[in-house]
Amino acid sequence: MISPEDFLAVTLTLKLAAITTVILLLLSTPLAWWLANTRTRIKPILEAIVALPLVLPPTVLGFYLLLAFSPQSPFGQFWLSVSGQSLAFTFNALVIASVIYSLPFVVQPLQAAFEQLSKPLLEAAATMGANKRDQFISIVLPLTKRSFITAASLGFAHTVGEFGVVLMIGGNIPGETQVLSIALYDKVEAMQYAEAHWLAGGLIIFSLVLLAFIYSLNRNHYLSSNRLSSTNTNSSNDRMIK
Amino acid sequence: MSLTISLNLPRSQFNLQLQTTIPSKGFTGIYGHSGAGKTTLLRAIAGLEKNPNTEIIFNKENWQNDESYFPTQQRKIAYIFQDARLFPHLTVLGNLEFAYRRRFNDNGPSIEKVCEWFNLSALLQQNPQTLSGGEKQLVALARALLSSPQLILMDEPLGSLDKKNKENILSLLENLHKKLSTPVIYVSHDIEEVSRLCDHLIIMERGVINAEGSLIDLSSQLDLSISLEENAAAIIEATIYEHDDEYQLTELRTDEDLPLFVTRIDEVIGNKVRLRIPARDISISLQAANDSSILNILPATIDAIEKNETSRLLVRLKIGKQALLARLTKKSVTRLQLSPNKQVYAQIKTVALLSECVETKT
Repeated sequence: MISPEDFLAVTLTLKLAAITTVILLLLSTPLAWWLANTRTRIKPILEAIVALPLVLPPTVLGFYLLLAFSPQSPFGQFWLSVSGQSLAFTFNALVIASVIYSLPFVVQPLQAAFEQLSKPLLEAAATMGANKRDQFISIVLPLTKRSFITAASLGFAHTVGEFGVVLMIGGNIPGETQVLSIALYDKVEAMQYAEAHWLAGGLIIFSLVLLAFIYSLNRNHYLSSNRLSSTNTNSSNDRMIK
Repeated sequence: MSLTISLNLPRSQFNLQLQTTIPSKGFTGIYGHSGAGKTTLLRAIAGLEKNPNTEIIFNKENWQNDESYFPTQQRKIAYIFQDARLFPHLTVLGNLEFAYRRRFNDNGPSIEKVCEWFNLSALLQQNPQTLSGGEKQLVALARALLSSPQLILMDEPLGSLDKKNKENILSLLENLHKKLSTPVIYVSHDIEEVSRLCDHLIIMERGVINAEGSLIDLSSQLDLSISLEENAAAIIEATIYEHDDEYQLTELRTDEDLPLFVTRIDEVIGNKVRLRIPARDISISLQAANDSSILNILPATIDAIEKNETSRLLVRLKIGKQALLARLTKKSVTRLQLSPNKQVYAQIKTVALLSECVETKT
């Protein structure tokens, strides 16, 4: 069965993923909205930066974050002077790293949803007296709800599954930085295969359930948006016939 | 009380350049062919296009100039788009409530009232996706009224509807015209819609205003794009005078007390109606023919004759203060020696009642 130490790793992982997801949603919503609506010429460069964690080996990211978090770096020094603690090998370091590492998984679905969102509906809302904030809450959020759930689930799942970055910057401190994937690595190193199975198998089932949930959402979304877009085509046909 | 607009926008094919004052009561039509700049003008009034060189003043309130800009949501308007733009995540009732909760003042109609006007009660729980095109546009109209706007803008609201739905909504709009004190600006490329609904008309062509004035005055001008079309027709007003049950006719009287007959209509005696008289259905004789089958023969004075090289000419006839158009062959004009100020008789073959659009051959 699961030992108290492994249980600690599981709860730490869930806590890390939950905090990361909340921060990511707060950060990515305005970023994705801006990316979806901006006409700036440097948009491709900004999109590339957001997408970098998708392609880079996590160790590359971990390496530079390790340098940035060390008390010798400007960022590390700043953190030390503000919080009185060194950043490297702490839970906070893991949160910052996870936010960067999982950023594209949250920004991209939101940006896609915002880009597909019908701007004419927002115009209609404006003519009824809805200001930008009102439009966002009463039109944008309900219409992109599924994408928010997808983005949050992907961000959460991806944070649960991270290994390389944590290994580079977090170390292996139980209760502080020892997350599930690291604990699993330890078990395998120590040839404790039975415990390793509990953790690895559990992670597979968890990820499978979460992904199945996301895809079932997307399937429904696909069906309903298909219906919407087919009525749109009809009306544009009408216009052409007229 | 008025809406003053001044626009100067370079566009790819022509410049949208106009300056006008629209009366802030009744229906004002903006008529022109597709691509004349009508929608751009309407969107500018709504504040949906934030363009430079635009000045809009509504009832002394500065909506837009180079220094200041009122965003759409502060202009207290309603906009009816050609595609109804109902919110897909809300039911019909939800759509109506969306507007009602944000209404600009409390003087407007209630949800129950509007549902009764437009006969929407059965649709309230449905999703917009399940509605027909005509139903969607009805909901959009109802939603617009529930905002209690100070100005209603309509951009080809009947443009994507079939004939039956169009007719249904047109008659609702006509009723609304009588009920509503809110000014409406109505964009359309369909002269019949405009003739039925509007009091004031602005004709646009390639980004500029070609003519503006009262619908009735403009309908009988010789040199406007609307009179050049094959179905050119003058619009006159007449009062219901008497119903004739024996022959199933209704007698109308013009302002000068001249009689006009149409097939029996259910209008109250004393009501004013609009009639549309197509130019191709008027012929001219020099004497009042007593042996003609045509019922409607009115004494008229020739006011102007179009000058062109084609075989057919448009002739403007005065009947009291109102005017008619007649399309005659050049040969007839020469043979009858028609010239301005000549007294003639106009024989009117068809009179269409615009408010019900019953065409009557007599």
